[in-house]
Amino acid sequence: MAQAIAFYFIAACILGFAVLVVTTRDTVHSVLFLVLDFLFVAALYVLLGAQFLAAIQVLVYAGGIVVLYLFVVMLVNLKRPPEAHEDPHRRTKLGFGLAAAVLLELGAIAVYGFVNPAAPVPATAAIPVSGNTEQVGWLLYTSYLIPFEVASMLLLVAMIGAIVLAKREL
Amino acid sequence: MFDTNELVLNMGPQHPSTHGVLRVVLRLDGEKVVDCDVVIGYLHRGIEKLSENRNWTQIVLLTDRMDYVAAATSNVGYCETVEKLLQLEVPRRARYVRTILCELQRIASHCLWVGTHAMDIGAMTVFLYAFRERELILDLFEEFCGARLTYNSMRIGGLPQDIPPGWAKKVLEFCTIMETKVGEYEELLTHNRIWLERTKGIGVISGPEATGLGLCGPALRGSGVARDVRKDEPYAAYGEMEFDVPIGTNGDTYDRYLVRMEEFRQSLRIIRQATEGIPEGPIVGKVPRLIKPAAGETYHAIESPKGELGYFIVSDGKSTNPYRFRVRPPSFCNLQGLRRLVRGHLVADVVALIGSIDIVLGEVDR
Amino acid sequence: MIDQVLIPLLKILIVLNATLVAVTYMVLLERKVIAWAQSRLGPMRVGPYGVLQPIADAIKLMIKEDITPVRADKWVFTAAPIISMVPALIVYAVIPFGPTISLFGRKVSLYITDINVGLLYIVSVASVGVYGIILAGYSSNSKYPLLASLRASAQLISYEVAVTLTLVSVILMAGSLSMVEIVNAQYNQHVWFVFAQPFAFVLVLIGGLAETNRAPFDLPEAEQELTGGFHTEYSGMRFALFFLAEYANMIVVSSVVTTLFLGGWLPPLPNVAALHFLYYVPSWTWFLIKSFVFLYLFIWIRATLPRYRYDQLMRLGWKVLIPLAILNLVVTGIVKVMLL
Repeated sequence: MAQAIAFYFIAACILGFAVLVVTTRDTVHSVLFLVLDFLFVAALYVLLGAQFLAAIQVLVYAGGIVVLYLFVVMLVNLKRPPEAHEDPHRRTKLGFGLAAAVLLELGAIAVYGFVNPAAPVPATAAIPVSGNTEQVGWLLYTSYLIPFEVASMLLLVAMIGAIVLAKREL
Repeated sequence: MFDTNELVLNMGPQHPSTHGVLRVVLRLDGEKVVDCDVVIGYLHRGIEKLSENRNWTQIVLLTDRMDYVAAATSNVGYCETVEKLLQLEVPRRARYVRTILCELQRIASHCLWVGTHAMDIGAMTVFLYAFRERELILDLFEEFCGARLTYNSMRIGGLPQDIPPGWAKKVLEFCTIMETKVGEYEELLTHNRIWLERTKGIGVISGPEATGLGLCGPALRGSGVARDVRKDEPYAAYGEMEFDVPIGTNGDTYDRYLVRMEEFRQSLRIIRQATEGIPEGPIVGKVPRLIKPAAGETYHAIESPKGELGYFIVSDGKSTNPYRFRVRPPSFCNLQGLRRLVRGHLVADVVALIGSIDIVLGEVDR
Repeated sequence: MIDQVLIPLLKILIVLNATLVAVTYMVLLERKVIAWAQSRLGPMRVGPYGVLQPIADAIKLMIKEDITPVRADKWVFTAAPIISMVPALIVYAVIPFGPTISLFGRKVSLYITDINVGLLYIVSVASVGVYGIILAGYSSNSKYPLLASLRASAQLISYEVAVTLTLVSVILMAGSLSMVEIVNAQYNQHVWFVFAQPFAFVLVLIGGLAETNRAPFDLPEAEQELTGGFHTEYSGMRFALFFLAEYANMIVVSSVVTTLFLGGWLPPLPNVAALHFLYYVPSWTWFLIKSFVFLYLFIWIRATLPRYRYDQLMRLGWKVLIPLAILNLVVTGIVKVMLL
């Protein structure tokens, strides 16, 4: 019961802040609402019992990535008047159409899942360690090793690209 | 790849790290200093013009106020210039006491220098230690002439009064104390990795370039040029003293620091020699009642703690005031070098460099 | 009911109050210690030997006029000091001041809570504290505080990486992320981790100095060379909050270093039977003594060392500390797997 209340409250906050992210006029406020969003998502992780993920979410996402977003936003400082936000090339009707199509698809999937309850997923092989961090580590380095390595290569490429773009004469 | 505009940053005139009312307008490219414009004149009091309306004895107390950190040296410079104009002989005892006072003043000035320089770079404790030792020197001066900062401690032809009994002993005691204290400052700074990183390679200037810019004093000696007025054109009792003149090699801030730290020790050496060998005799020479030099002009330079302090005086032979009184302040000439020194360095280095050339605004602006 | 709600609340109350008082008196301690290092006496007038100085400072700051720059972003301007202060305080939830003891017939653990990712919680909460600095500079609506705050926060996140990497080797030694478990591991392994991981200890100390913007890494703060830094436009209680946050962070770093490296609440040589009389000193006293040693060390370092220039500071973090941390981690891993 308490869990359900907590979940709905957190979910409402997340959705509310997400709406604020896209509607706020001031870009810096927008980024700050995004931070709050991430903090609430971390709370959601805690609710699910994934404390390690929650801490990492705060540390990496809210405490690292969004900080760098904030740097860029503050230096560029987009405080244009509301009229300048009007994009002349905006295809409002197409956008609405596509969004409606996606919503319809999601609804169809949800209804299908409701009508035909899914077959029980076969139990995955038992992981020989217990505890949050250990399980994540085990999975990351055995079943998901290749995606992990690919992701780190991606980050490395991004870093090198950024340095090449930004350096003057070092 | 992306073009950044140059930023103009203004430092001072009220700024905790520009020693006095100095205004430095920096042109920055990102963090690097491209150029700097030094604006002075905030402390101009018209000393040179005032001197034209004062008689020769009264000007002595004006010279105090130029380099207020090392007032005795300014006094000595002026008195010696007038004595040169008058062709006056100063008794030996007076010359020895003048030497002692000048060297004490050198130590006091360097104490202030090391304290403020270290504090600008972040080592705040050295400031307190250096001022503690400066207090000892100021006590000695107070006993001699009654003042701590603006001494008026010289007269044309000698000194206003003889040294009080027991003063020489106190000076020698002070020397013993100071020797260990200099070791303390060196322990805190000389081999400190952070200090080395903040001062090595900062503000490098070669010997010929420094000479071309007109630098003088430790700023010039740090670049390897062996020029010290005390050795080249001895005045007061320096001809009879044995001392070395420390020379740097690389011409960076660290070398200028080392030169001044060694000057501490050499000054102590001179003071000991002078105090132990002080001759008996009159303290003031045969000075006419009314000082009225014949028409003529002269230039005389001494080695103040900041560099070569020169006085150019023109007398017209008729009035009791000088016709023209012109000072060649070492800080003013050294400050010219700032523009050349800061190019290519970061903003945080500008402060280190201002400290490294050791300026006193009283002297720069007069 | 009592165990679930009352006792934790009581613990929170005690820890929060103790922290806030400790932080205010840290200011006095710093002024006194630096003064003694500099041949001076420090505050002496307010109260005997200046003991009431922090109270006078607090009153002064509270009655000062609260100035908000005209075109500053009001919400963000108000929120920045709070964002700076809160993470510094909530970290205390996982710091273990002692083991579970029995008090008045009840088992009470001398820590507010022990979560299984305690160390990670501390690091992540500390990284949220960076926002306070960034927003302070931004909301002042002035170019130079903005640049200064960006530099300060860049410094913080760089050293965060170094410190987190170093902490991983400690986690390897202890086998757990929970703070209580780490202390217990030091008990079980018969060694304080400062002896098992001396390298990591030094790296965390240096990183901790940089994290809290303390000398010799305090250029963004002592920005007399550029401007007044990110808190130029702040006055009164808001300014006080920034400074209290800094001192609270210092105490946090000291506590974390104590827990991780010096055995937390354990007396020296905890397993030696002959020294069991040391257990008569309460565990939290040992903890406080050890933390105090580090606080004193931080202040001592501030009084002694000059300041690094910003680029030298960043170079130290990225080119020296991070490779060393990774090296430490690799060596620890190899030793742990091969030999233990």
